Amino acid sequence: MVSPSTNTLHTSYDSKIEGNLIFTRVDAAINWMRKNSLWPMPMGLACCAIELMATASSRFDISRFGMEVMRFSPRQSDVLIVSGTVTYKMALAVKRIWDQMPEPKWCVAMGACASSGGMFRSYAVLQGIDKLIPVDVYISGCPPRPEALIEGLMKLQKKIEGEHSTMDQKKEFIDQIS
Amino acid sequence: MSAADDVTKLREVFGAKILKTVEFRGEQTVYAELGSLHDVLAKCRNDLGYEMVVDISSVDHFGDDPRFEVVYEICSLDDSKHLRVKAAVAEDEKVPTATDLWAGADWHEREVYDMMGIPFEGHPNLKRILMWEGYPFYPLRKDFPLAGRPSDMPDVAFTGVAPLEGGPFVTCSGGEDTVRREPRSRAID
Repeated sequence: MVSPSTNTLHTSYDSKIEGNLIFTRVDAAINWMRKNSLWPMPMGLACCAIELMATASSRFDISRFGMEVMRFSPRQSDVLIVSGTVTYKMALAVKRIWDQMPEPKWCVAMGACASSGGMFRSYAVLQGIDKLIPVDVYISGCPPRPEALIEGLMKLQKKIEGEHSTMDQKKEFIDQIS
Repeated sequence: MSAADDVTKLREVFGAKILKTVEFRGEQTVYAELGSLHDVLAKCRNDLGYEMVVDISSVDHFGDDPRFEVVYEICSLDDSKHLRVKAAVAEDEKVPTATDLWAGADWHEREVYDMMGIPFEGHPNLKRILMWEGYPFYPLRKDFPLAGRPSDMPDVAFTGVAPLEGGPFVTCSGGEDTVRREPRSRAID
Protein backbone atom coordinates (compact mmCIF):
# COMPACT_ATOMS: atom_id res chain seq x y z
CA MET A 1 0.00 0.00 0.00
CA VAL A 2 1.29 3.43 -0.89
CA SER A 3 0.12 6.37 1.13
CA PRO A 4 0.69 9.88 -0.16
CA SER A 5 3.44 11.66 1.73
CA THR A 6 2.64 15.12 2.97
CA ASN A 7 6.07 15.91 4.30
CA THR A 8 8.77 16.20 1.62
CA LEU A 9 11.50 17.56 3.89
CA HIS A 10 12.03 14.52 6.10
CA THR A 11 13.25 11.68 3.97
CA SER A 12 14.49 9.37 6.74
CA TYR A 13 11.13 7.72 6.72
CA ASP A 14 9.58 7.35 3.29
CA SER A 15 6.24 5.67 3.25
CA LYS A 16 6.57 5.14 -0.51
CA ILE A 17 9.63 2.93 -0.12
CA GLU A 18 8.41 1.19 3.00
CA GLY A 19 5.15 0.48 1.35
CA ASN A 20 6.82 -1.26 -1.61
CA LEU A 21 8.65 -3.98 0.29
CA ILE A 22 8.28 -7.46 -1.14
CA PHE A 23 9.00 -10.75 0.57
CA THR A 24 10.15 -13.55 -1.73
CA ARG A 25 12.69 -16.32 -2.19
CA VAL A 26 16.12 -15.34 -3.52
CA ASP A 27 15.77 -17.89 -6.31
CA ALA A 28 12.49 -16.45 -7.44
CA ALA A 29 13.84 -12.91 -7.37
CA ILE A 30 17.01 -13.82 -9.29
CA ASN A 31 15.10 -15.81 -11.89
CA TRP A 32 12.58 -13.02 -12.26
CA MET A 33 15.40 -10.62 -13.05
CA ARG A 34 17.17 -13.06 -15.36
CA LYS A 35 14.16 -14.01 -17.40
CA ASN A 36 13.15 -10.41 -18.00
CA SER A 37 16.52 -9.28 -19.27
CA LEU A 38 17.62 -12.07 -21.59
CA TRP A 39 20.27 -10.65 -23.85
CA PRO A 40 20.35 -12.66 -27.06
CA MET A 41 23.44 -13.60 -29.00
CA PRO A 42 22.06 -13.69 -32.55
CA MET A 43 23.72 -16.53 -34.42
CA GLY A 44 22.22 -15.71 -37.79
CA LEU A 45 23.33 -18.37 -40.25
CA ALA A 46 20.58 -18.47 -42.87
CA CYS A 47 17.09 -17.23 -43.68
CA CYS A 48 15.89 -17.71 -40.07
CA ALA A 49 18.06 -14.71 -39.25
CA ILE A 50 15.70 -12.52 -41.30
CA GLU A 51 12.81 -13.58 -39.08
CA LEU A 52 15.02 -13.01 -36.05
CA MET A 53 15.64 -9.46 -37.24
CA ALA A 54 11.92 -8.97 -37.80
CA THR A 55 11.28 -10.22 -34.27
CA ALA A 56 13.68 -7.64 -32.90
CA SER A 57 12.24 -4.77 -34.87
CA SER A 58 9.24 -2.63 -34.07
CA ARG A 59 6.38 -4.68 -35.47
CA PHE A 60 7.01 -7.67 -33.20
CA ASP A 61 9.37 -6.00 -30.73
CA ILE A 62 10.99 -8.38 -28.29
CA SER A 63 11.97 -5.39 -26.18
CA ARG A 64 8.57 -5.98 -24.58
CA PHE A 65 10.25 -8.99 -22.98
CA GLY A 66 13.52 -7.27 -22.16
CA MET A 67 15.31 -9.06 -24.98
CA GLU A 68 16.05 -6.23 -27.36
CA VAL A 69 19.70 -5.99 -26.43
CA MET A 70 21.21 -8.09 -29.20
CA ARG A 71 24.82 -8.59 -28.23
CA PHE A 72 27.32 -9.53 -30.86
CA SER A 73 29.77 -10.28 -28.11
CA PRO A 74 29.28 -13.68 -26.50
CA ARG A 75 30.76 -12.39 -23.23
CA GLN A 76 27.75 -10.16 -22.69
CA SER A 77 24.92 -12.39 -23.79
CA ASP A 78 22.62 -14.87 -22.06
CA VAL A 79 20.80 -16.75 -24.78
CA LEU A 80 22.29 -18.09 -27.99
CA ILE A 81 19.68 -18.07 -30.74
CA VAL A 82 20.98 -20.42 -33.42
CA SER A 83 18.95 -19.26 -36.39
CA GLY A 84 19.79 -21.10 -39.56
CA THR A 85 21.67 -23.96 -41.16
CA VAL A 86 24.76 -25.01 -39.25
CA THR A 87 27.28 -26.34 -41.71
CA TYR A 88 30.13 -28.49 -40.49
CA LYS A 89 32.47 -25.69 -41.47
CA MET A 90 30.63 -23.34 -39.10
CA ALA A 91 29.85 -25.88 -36.37
CA LEU A 92 32.96 -25.46 -34.23
CA ALA A 93 32.72 -21.68 -34.50
CA VAL A 94 29.20 -21.84 -33.03
CA LYS A 95 30.47 -24.15 -30.31
CA ARG A 96 33.27 -21.75 -29.54
CA ILE A 97 30.88 -18.84 -29.21
CA TRP A 98 28.78 -20.95 -26.86
CA ASP A 99 31.86 -21.74 -24.78
CA GLN A 100 32.71 -18.05 -24.55
CA MET A 101 29.31 -17.15 -23.13
CA PRO A 102 29.33 -16.79 -19.34
CA GLU A 103 26.83 -18.68 -17.24
CA PRO A 104 23.88 -18.57 -16.83
CA LYS A 105 23.25 -19.23 -20.51
CA TRP A 106 20.60 -20.83 -22.63
CA CYS A 107 20.33 -21.98 -26.20
CA VAL A 108 17.43 -21.72 -28.60
CA ALA A 109 17.47 -23.80 -31.78
CA MET A 110 15.42 -21.69 -34.15
CA GLY A 111 13.91 -23.45 -37.15
CA ALA A 112 14.17 -26.86 -38.74
CA CYS A 113 17.85 -26.62 -39.72
CA ALA A 114 19.21 -25.69 -36.32
CA SER A 115 16.96 -28.29 -34.68
CA SER A 116 17.62 -31.25 -36.95
CA GLY A 117 19.46 -30.29 -40.12
CA GLY A 118 16.12 -29.60 -41.75
CA MET A 119 15.96 -30.31 -45.43
CA PHE A 120 19.73 -30.44 -45.69
CA ARG A 121 20.36 -34.16 -45.27
CA SER A 122 23.81 -33.85 -46.70
CA TYR A 123 27.52 -34.27 -46.17
CA ALA A 124 27.97 -30.58 -45.42
CA VAL A 125 25.38 -29.85 -42.73
CA LEU A 126 25.40 -30.63 -39.02
CA GLN A 127 22.21 -32.56 -38.27
CA GLY A 128 21.02 -30.37 -35.40
CA ILE A 129 22.97 -28.02 -33.15
CA ASP A 130 22.09 -30.25 -30.18
CA LYS A 131 24.89 -32.54 -31.30
CA LEU A 132 27.27 -29.88 -29.96
CA ILE A 133 25.36 -27.64 -27.58
CA PRO A 134 22.62 -28.42 -25.01
CA VAL A 135 19.44 -26.87 -26.42
CA ASP A 136 16.69 -25.50 -24.15
CA VAL A 137 14.03 -24.65 -26.69
CA TYR A 138 13.43 -25.97 -30.19
CA ILE A 139 11.28 -23.84 -32.47
CA SER A 140 9.66 -25.51 -35.46
CA GLY A 141 9.18 -23.78 -38.78
CA CYS A 142 11.11 -23.15 -41.96
CA PRO A 143 11.64 -20.40 -41.09
CA PRO A 144 9.49 -19.85 -37.98
CA ARG A 145 7.42 -16.70 -37.95
CA PRO A 146 8.40 -14.04 -35.41
CA GLU A 147 5.41 -15.06 -33.28
CA ALA A 148 6.85 -18.57 -33.07
CA LEU A 149 10.21 -17.22 -31.96
CA ILE A 150 8.53 -15.04 -29.37
CA GLU A 151 6.56 -18.03 -28.10
CA GLY A 152 9.77 -20.03 -27.90
CA LEU A 153 11.42 -17.28 -25.90
CA MET A 154 8.38 -17.08 -23.61
CA LYS A 155 8.67 -20.84 -23.10
CA LEU A 156 12.30 -20.24 -22.20
CA GLN A 157 11.21 -17.61 -19.67
CA LYS A 158 8.83 -20.19 -18.17
CA LYS A 159 11.68 -22.65 -17.97
CA ILE A 160 13.97 -20.15 -16.27
CA GLU A 161 11.26 -19.44 -13.67
CA GLY A 162 11.29 -23.04 -12.58
CA GLU A 163 15.05 -23.52 -12.45
CA HIS A 164 17.32 -23.39 -9.44
CA SER A 165 19.32 -20.20 -9.91
CA THR A 166 22.67 -21.81 -9.08
CA MET A 167 22.44 -25.58 -9.35
CA ASP A 168 20.62 -25.53 -12.69
CA GLN A 169 21.98 -22.37 -14.22
CA LYS A 170 25.65 -22.51 -13.25
CA LYS A 171 26.47 -26.13 -13.99
CA GLU A 172 29.91 -25.43 -15.43
CA PHE A 173 30.83 -23.38 -12.37
CA ILE A 174 29.65 -26.16 -10.05
CA ASP A 175 31.62 -28.71 -12.04
CA GLN A 176 34.73 -26.56 -11.68
CA ILE A 177 34.56 -26.15 -7.91
CA SER A 178 33.53 -29.71 -7.11
CA MET B 1 30.94 -13.28 -86.05
CA SER B 2 28.69 -15.75 -84.35
CA ALA B 3 29.64 -18.64 -82.14
CA ALA B 4 28.97 -21.03 -85.07
CA ASP B 5 31.58 -19.17 -87.16
CA ASP B 6 34.02 -19.40 -84.27
CA VAL B 7 33.49 -23.16 -84.12
CA THR B 8 34.35 -23.42 -87.83
CA LYS B 9 37.42 -21.29 -87.27
CA LEU B 10 38.54 -23.43 -84.33
CA ARG B 11 38.13 -26.53 -86.50
CA GLU B 12 40.28 -24.93 -89.21
CA VAL B 13 43.03 -23.96 -86.77
CA PHE B 14 43.16 -27.04 -84.58
CA GLY B 15 42.02 -29.76 -86.98
CA ALA B 16 41.87 -33.16 -85.35
CA LYS B 17 42.56 -31.73 -81.90
CA ILE B 18 38.94 -30.63 -81.89
CA LEU B 19 37.36 -34.02 -81.32
CA LYS B 20 33.74 -33.09 -81.83
CA THR B 21 31.45 -30.11 -82.14
CA VAL B 22 27.79 -30.10 -81.23
CA GLU B 23 25.07 -27.61 -81.93
CA PHE B 24 21.95 -27.95 -79.82
CA ARG B 25 19.20 -25.35 -80.11
CA GLY B 26 21.71 -22.70 -81.12
CA GLU B 27 24.19 -23.55 -78.36
CA GLN B 28 27.67 -24.36 -79.59
CA THR B 29 29.82 -26.94 -77.84
CA VAL B 30 33.41 -27.78 -78.70
CA TYR B 31 35.06 -30.96 -77.44
CA ALA B 32 38.81 -30.39 -77.24
CA GLU B 33 41.68 -32.74 -76.52
CA LEU B 34 43.01 -32.15 -73.02
CA GLY B 35 46.52 -31.59 -74.39
CA SER B 36 45.41 -28.67 -76.56
CA LEU B 37 42.65 -27.39 -74.26
CA HIS B 38 44.69 -24.41 -73.13
CA ASP B 39 45.54 -23.47 -76.72
CA VAL B 40 41.89 -23.64 -77.72
CA LEU B 41 40.87 -21.47 -74.78
CA ALA B 42 43.69 -19.02 -75.49
CA LYS B 43 42.54 -18.75 -79.12
CA CYS B 44 39.00 -18.06 -77.93
CA ARG B 45 40.18 -15.48 -75.43
CA ASN B 46 42.76 -13.64 -77.52
CA ASP B 47 41.53 -13.87 -81.11
CA LEU B 48 37.83 -14.70 -81.03
CA GLY B 49 36.82 -12.20 -78.37
CA TYR B 50 35.53 -14.40 -75.57
CA GLU B 51 36.46 -11.99 -72.82
CA MET B 52 34.59 -13.57 -69.97
CA VAL B 53 34.46 -16.97 -68.35
CA VAL B 54 30.94 -17.51 -67.05
CA ASP B 55 31.53 -20.80 -65.32
CA ILE B 56 33.90 -23.72 -65.09
CA SER B 57 32.29 -26.92 -63.97
CA SER B 58 32.97 -30.62 -64.13
CA VAL B 59 31.08 -33.83 -64.73
CA ASP B 60 31.79 -37.23 -63.21
CA HIS B 61 31.00 -40.00 -65.70
CA PHE B 62 31.47 -42.65 -63.05
CA GLY B 63 32.34 -45.98 -64.65
CA ASP B 64 33.50 -44.47 -67.93
CA ASP B 65 37.06 -43.94 -69.03
CA PRO B 66 38.19 -41.17 -68.96
CA ARG B 67 36.15 -40.52 -65.89
CA PHE B 68 35.83 -36.74 -65.68
CA GLU B 69 34.98 -33.88 -67.97
CA VAL B 70 35.68 -30.20 -67.43
CA VAL B 71 33.25 -27.72 -68.94
CA TYR B 72 34.09 -24.09 -69.71
CA GLU B 73 31.28 -21.65 -70.37
CA ILE B 74 32.73 -18.59 -72.05
CA CYS B 75 31.11 -15.58 -73.64
CA SER B 76 31.91 -12.24 -75.17
CA LEU B 77 30.83 -9.00 -73.63
CA ASP B 78 30.01 -7.11 -76.85
CA ASP B 79 27.63 -9.28 -78.88
CA SER B 80 26.74 -11.92 -76.32
CA LYS B 81 28.04 -14.95 -78.19
CA HIS B 82 28.36 -17.97 -76.00
CA LEU B 83 30.60 -21.00 -76.37
CA ARG B 84 30.97 -24.16 -74.35
CA VAL B 85 34.31 -25.96 -74.36
CA LYS B 86 34.60 -29.46 -72.94
CA ALA B 87 37.56 -31.75 -72.36
CA ALA B 88 37.74 -35.25 -70.97
CA VAL B 89 40.06 -35.79 -68.00
CA ALA B 90 41.23 -39.13 -66.66
CA GLU B 91 41.62 -39.67 -62.93
CA ASP B 92 45.38 -39.22 -62.88
CA GLU B 93 45.48 -36.27 -65.29
CA LYS B 94 45.91 -32.58 -64.58
CA VAL B 95 44.12 -29.75 -66.35
CA PRO B 96 46.10 -26.68 -67.40
CA THR B 97 44.84 -23.63 -65.57
CA ALA B 98 42.91 -20.89 -67.35
CA THR B 99 43.77 -18.24 -64.77
CA ASP B 100 46.37 -16.76 -67.13
CA LEU B 101 43.56 -16.13 -69.66
CA TRP B 102 40.73 -15.08 -67.35
CA ALA B 103 41.43 -13.93 -63.79
CA GLY B 104 37.89 -15.00 -62.98
CA ALA B 105 38.79 -18.63 -63.56
CA ASP B 106 40.59 -18.72 -60.21
CA TRP B 107 37.68 -19.47 -57.89
CA HIS B 108 35.87 -21.64 -60.45
CA GLU B 109 38.88 -23.91 -60.72
CA ARG B 110 39.22 -24.04 -56.97
CA GLU B 111 35.60 -25.14 -56.71
CA VAL B 112 36.12 -27.88 -59.28
CA TYR B 113 39.19 -29.00 -57.38
CA ASP B 114 37.33 -28.92 -54.07
CA MET B 115 34.20 -30.74 -55.16
CA MET B 116 35.54 -33.14 -57.80
CA GLY B 117 39.23 -33.44 -57.01
CA ILE B 118 40.51 -32.45 -60.46
CA PRO B 119 43.86 -30.67 -60.06
CA PHE B 120 44.72 -27.61 -62.16
CA GLU B 121 48.32 -27.22 -63.19
CA GLY B 122 49.75 -23.73 -62.83
CA HIS B 123 46.95 -22.40 -60.65
CA PRO B 124 48.33 -19.69 -58.33
CA ASN B 125 46.38 -20.73 -55.25
CA LEU B 126 44.92 -24.20 -55.64
CA LYS B 127 43.28 -24.98 -52.33
CA ARG B 128 39.77 -25.88 -51.25
CA ILE B 129 37.21 -23.10 -51.47
CA LEU B 130 34.06 -24.50 -49.84
CA MET B 131 35.23 -27.33 -47.63
CA TRP B 132 38.20 -26.82 -45.33
CA GLU B 133 41.80 -27.69 -46.09
CA GLY B 134 42.34 -31.24 -44.89
CA TYR B 135 38.85 -32.55 -45.62
CA PRO B 136 39.67 -35.98 -47.05
CA PHE B 137 36.89 -36.45 -49.64
CA TYR B 138 35.59 -34.93 -52.87
CA PRO B 139 31.87 -34.65 -52.23
CA LEU B 140 30.45 -34.25 -55.73
CA ARG B 141 31.98 -37.44 -57.08
CA LYS B 142 29.40 -40.05 -57.94
CA ASP B 143 30.88 -42.63 -55.57
CA PHE B 144 30.54 -40.26 -52.61
CA PRO B 145 27.27 -40.77 -50.73
CA LEU B 146 24.99 -37.76 -50.26
CA ALA B 147 24.82 -38.56 -46.54
CA GLY B 148 28.55 -37.93 -46.28
CA ARG B 149 31.34 -39.85 -44.61
CA PRO B 150 32.69 -39.32 -41.11
CA SER B 151 35.89 -37.32 -40.78
CA ASP B 152 37.54 -35.36 -38.04
CA MET B 153 40.14 -32.62 -37.95
CA PRO B 154 40.56 -31.56 -34.33
CA ASP B 155 39.95 -27.82 -33.80
CA VAL B 156 39.01 -27.33 -37.46
CA ALA B 157 35.91 -29.28 -38.35
CA PHE B 158 34.34 -32.71 -38.26
CA THR B 159 31.69 -34.38 -40.37
CA GLY B 160 29.17 -37.11 -39.72
CA VAL B 161 26.72 -39.22 -41.65
CA ALA B 162 23.30 -37.66 -42.19
CA PRO B 163 20.26 -39.88 -41.59
CA LEU B 164 18.55 -40.37 -44.93
CA GLU B 165 15.86 -42.89 -43.89
CA GLY B 166 16.39 -45.04 -46.94
CA GLY B 167 16.92 -42.09 -49.25
CA PRO B 168 18.12 -40.10 -51.08
CA PHE B 169 15.35 -39.81 -53.61
CA VAL B 170 16.75 -40.33 -57.07
CA THR B 171 15.30 -40.44 -60.53
CA CYS B 172 15.83 -43.12 -63.13
CA SER B 173 14.62 -42.14 -66.55
CA GLY B 174 12.72 -44.68 -68.62
CA GLY B 175 10.80 -46.33 -65.79
CA GLU B 176 7.29 -47.50 -66.55
CA ASP B 177 5.55 -45.78 -63.66
CA THR B 178 6.34 -43.20 -61.00
CA VAL B 179 7.42 -45.84 -58.49
CA ARG B 180 10.07 -47.14 -60.88
CA ARG B 181 11.05 -43.72 -62.20
CA GLU B 182 11.56 -42.28 -58.75
CA PRO B 183 12.84 -45.00 -56.47
CA ARG B 184 13.56 -44.30 -52.84
CA SER B 185 17.26 -44.72 -53.35
CA ARG B 186 19.95 -46.13 -55.57
CA ALA B 187 22.71 -48.10 -53.94
CA ILE B 188 26.33 -47.38 -54.92
CA ASP B 189 28.94 -49.91 -53.78
